[in-house]
Amino acid sequence: MAVSIDDVRHIASLARLGITEPRAAAIANELNTILAHMDELAKVDTAGIQEAIGVGAEGLPVRKDLGPPFPLARSHDAFAPSLRDGFFLVPRLSTHESTEES
Amino acid sequence: MTATATAPAATLDRWEMVVGLEVHVQLKTRTKIFCSCSADFGAAPNANTCPVCLALPGALPMLNERAVGLASRAALALNCVVQPVSIFARKNYFYPDLPKGYQISQFDKPLALDGWIEIGTRAVGAPIRIGITRVHMEEDAGKSIHDRFTGVTAIDLNRSGVPLIEIVSEPDIRSAEQAGAYLRVLKQILEYVDVSDVNMEEGSLRVDANVSARRRGETKLGTKTEVKNMNSFSGVERALEVEFARHVRVLEAGGSIEQQTMLWDGSAVRPARSKEGSHDYRYFPEPDLPPLILSPEWIEQVRKDLPELPAARRARFSTDYELGEYDVEVLTADPQLADYYESVARAHGEPKAAANWVMGEVMATLKTSGEDIARFRVRPADLASLLNLVRDGVVSHTAAKQIFGHMVATGDPPAQIAEREGLVKVDDDSQLSAWLDEVIAENPSEAERYRNGEKKLQGVLIGAVMKKSKGRADPRKLNQLLTARFAS
Amino acid sequence: MTARSCAVVCEETAAGRVTAADTVNEAVGRAREVGAGRDGLNAFVWRDDADALSQAASLTDRLSDTKPGAMLGVPVAIKDNIATLTLPTTCGSRILEGYVSPYEATVVKKLRAAGAIPFGKTNMDEFAMGSSTEHSAYGPTKNPIAPDRVPGGSSGGSAVAVASGVVSIALGSETGGSVRQPAAFCGIVGVKPTYGRVSRFGLVAFASSLDQVGVFGATVDDAARGLGVIAGHDPMDSTSASIAVPDYTAGANVGLKGLVVGLPKEYFPASLDPEIRRRCDAAVDRLRALGATVKEVSLPHTDLAIPVYYIVAPAEASSNLARFDGVRYGFRLEGEGLRGMYEATRSTGFGPEVTRRILLGTYVLSAGYYDAYYRKAQQVRTLIADDFRRVFQSGVHVLFTPTTPTPAFPIGAISDPYEMYLSDIFTATANLAGVPAMSQPIGRIGGLPVGGQFLASHFDEARMFTAAYALERALGAEALA
Repeated sequence: MAVSIDDVRHIASLARLGITEPRAAAIANELNTILAHMDELAKVDTAGIQEAIGVGAEGLPVRKDLGPPFPLARSHDAFAPSLRDGFFLVPRLSTHESTEES
Repeated sequence: MTATATAPAATLDRWEMVVGLEVHVQLKTRTKIFCSCSADFGAAPNANTCPVCLALPGALPMLNERAVGLASRAALALNCVVQPVSIFARKNYFYPDLPKGYQISQFDKPLALDGWIEIGTRAVGAPIRIGITRVHMEEDAGKSIHDRFTGVTAIDLNRSGVPLIEIVSEPDIRSAEQAGAYLRVLKQILEYVDVSDVNMEEGSLRVDANVSARRRGETKLGTKTEVKNMNSFSGVERALEVEFARHVRVLEAGGSIEQQTMLWDGSAVRPARSKEGSHDYRYFPEPDLPPLILSPEWIEQVRKDLPELPAARRARFSTDYELGEYDVEVLTADPQLADYYESVARAHGEPKAAANWVMGEVMATLKTSGEDIARFRVRPADLASLLNLVRDGVVSHTAAKQIFGHMVATGDPPAQIAEREGLVKVDDDSQLSAWLDEVIAENPSEAERYRNGEKKLQGVLIGAVMKKSKGRADPRKLNQLLTARFAS
Repeated sequence: MTARSCAVVCEETAAGRVTAADTVNEAVGRAREVGAGRDGLNAFVWRDDADALSQAASLTDRLSDTKPGAMLGVPVAIKDNIATLTLPTTCGSRILEGYVSPYEATVVKKLRAAGAIPFGKTNMDEFAMGSSTEHSAYGPTKNPIAPDRVPGGSSGGSAVAVASGVVSIALGSETGGSVRQPAAFCGIVGVKPTYGRVSRFGLVAFASSLDQVGVFGATVDDAARGLGVIAGHDPMDSTSASIAVPDYTAGANVGLKGLVVGLPKEYFPASLDPEIRRRCDAAVDRLRALGATVKEVSLPHTDLAIPVYYIVAPAEASSNLARFDGVRYGFRLEGEGLRGMYEATRSTGFGPEVTRRILLGTYVLSAGYYDAYYRKAQQVRTLIADDFRRVFQSGVHVLFTPTTPTPAFPIGAISDPYEMYLSDIFTATANLAGVPAMSQPIGRIGGLPVGGQFLASHFDEARMFTAAYALERALGAEALA
């Protein structure tokens, strides 16, 4: 399962990481080197083995449907890169019809 | 590219519509699903936010108990099997109103599986069972506002983390009309179990539709498209008609349907702008939340606490109160209306009279004022008292309507209004005779013609007395007096 | 030279013989002396001595009307990925440049409640991804014992703050060995508690199912006291356990009669550095002499820990680090449109190792690869956890192993990412299985410290501390020779 330069471009796009072309090739090599070691896992028989989920936990605790809200010691303008009238601002979305694309 | 429903009926008939619906419903909780911020609408932008729903570095989610309760309640009302173990998962994608860069949802181990609802109504015909694949819990995203400032998008995260359930149907729906019926039945059930405001206009209920077309007789499913952005049930029905017609047109022309998302704009569908790279949500179990374990006892308790559901209530209304199908449907449409009716019927004792009043005066008044029955001034006990006054002959039917008007305006008890406004029925012979004398004196020719056998004039004379008495005259007694007067 | 111990400072402050301000001033002076700042060892990335002194003063003011806490007047260095109100929290990353958290981590609140004084934020590999503290946006941290060598990582700054004698206790964080490995490299004690023992609320997530706040101590006792303060259930962390916290100092003077110590043979491979093996053997001899029964055991899936770890951790990290998008806080760089802003912000804000791991994690979760990598890794993780369960159920109380395969390596010596990953080979298993583990000094090789590691079963830190106290006592000065 070798990682191609196209794969790197695809995952970089999913992860919103801008990668230059020469860097993409280098990263493909690095990932292939790392993943080659991971191929050890393929040799392990894991038929019927549960995945490790919620290690050591006794099930999910729940909280009451009550306030008060967890307070912020500083208001949004102390940490927001761009704020106007209480809104966080981002560059205008080129396509804003669907809620799941940008 | 846009499409409208223009294919000829004969062509459409050769094809069958196959629809599955995904319905998002906001749960009625005070606080958000994973933090204690208020879930209410209408606060100043980003006022209802904290480290958790802002996704500040280091913040962790904490599950709201009531959200689990309401979600389970909804799932059981939809005949689903609530799972003893369900798992939250991360759905990863970037969007500025999704603060963590992932939505906490449920994926391969949802809260509930394998439900159904029945959509037998007069409109659709014989009852049809629509399967419900799953009900799962998730958090809402925030709001991106594009038209507030020029050149930039404004992000408000007040809605970020509001609890939702997603109800996914099987592709069992075969027409736009059935889709509408499914949504109305679903909404009614959710209203009955009181888990959500289920208001599409306010966004507490949202519908996405998966639609495909196949030749009649074919058993394989065609390629589906997802239609989004409908903001009413009738909008869903129209969008499905239009999108189905587009599928048929493409398929009839020998083309093939591209699996994609379509947006409804109120009159036509068009493809959502093409994605930059395909969607790949990289779901994996949410490591910050261990598996949700619900004991059989807890699930059983939620089931026991379910209120009467619409179907059971309809059956009971028809048996217990001997109401006709139409009355039953109207009176059970809304659980609060049904409760109201039932209180009136029980207090008054005559279900049919109660039904007539609730479906008549009460609903007309609410329709005019746009008021909610929960806040309606005339309480069931008072309406029952008014009906008792009519039954016991204390006030006439005409006067009762006037009294009702005063009750709506003042909230006073009916007996008090009848007294105050002088609307108590008059059956005293001397008063009735006096009014009759005056009317005969004022209408000598009509009285004469009546005496000579023109019996249809009885109504005119009685009407004149009623008017003079301001509706208080007992019509039965008055009739007797009139007949007696001219009998000799 | 080490800072005065937690126990001593606490007692003297309570007795009024020293003030908290004296102790803070001592730490400030010591930091200056050893060059703990940016142009020296680079242990601290953010410090506000005036603020620490004013907190010390207010502590003294309150002294008469409150019960003295378990860390009264003790300055504690805090890793830069733990949220603090008064100092920046930047995770050694440019993407959080200038970010000061508007809320505080549960562990920091607990420290304050116990009378401790947060003393500076310590350098780390960016987002805790690294084993050398070379990968920080604020430059590498140097090992005080051999300044041309790395202090280990990712909590290198905290390890150096303790090892150089500035503080006696520091908080770090562990995902695959990030406290134990630098503790071993710097010749101090480092504890990774059981997963769920300490709240993660306010610890900036790297890999949520592996992360745990850990403690460095100059001595076993410092570490035991530190853990005692920060451990315990927190409703803000759904993975935190509601299990009572025992007094970890109870084992301070207890013998080891009846204790069964397992030596997992996979941690002593034929290829193990013979000098490290010799130090371990010597330590094991001491354990025997103290009355412990020692036997060889097997954890057969140990070899798979690194492949599993380097799938699970980057996968979770790729998701955890999605929130650094320039929208609500932190660094932001404009680009073309929204996507341009995202990509400019993230590719400039994250360093190369973080970028590499995000890409690796995105890849192993992506459609078509999930089953082969992530699901498979999580299944093998179950096998690794089962190995431990089996051994502990067979009557073994604690395991003893070397902490690292080598002593501290020279700065810049390891450039191949996978070779760097292998320095976690003896530590990552504990994170994958969720069991507690700690490292303590057991001698030196050519002047460089060697760490020995104890591991115990879930929530049995107390037994682990008992063994560590006894070994520390038995080794005495030999541990540092």
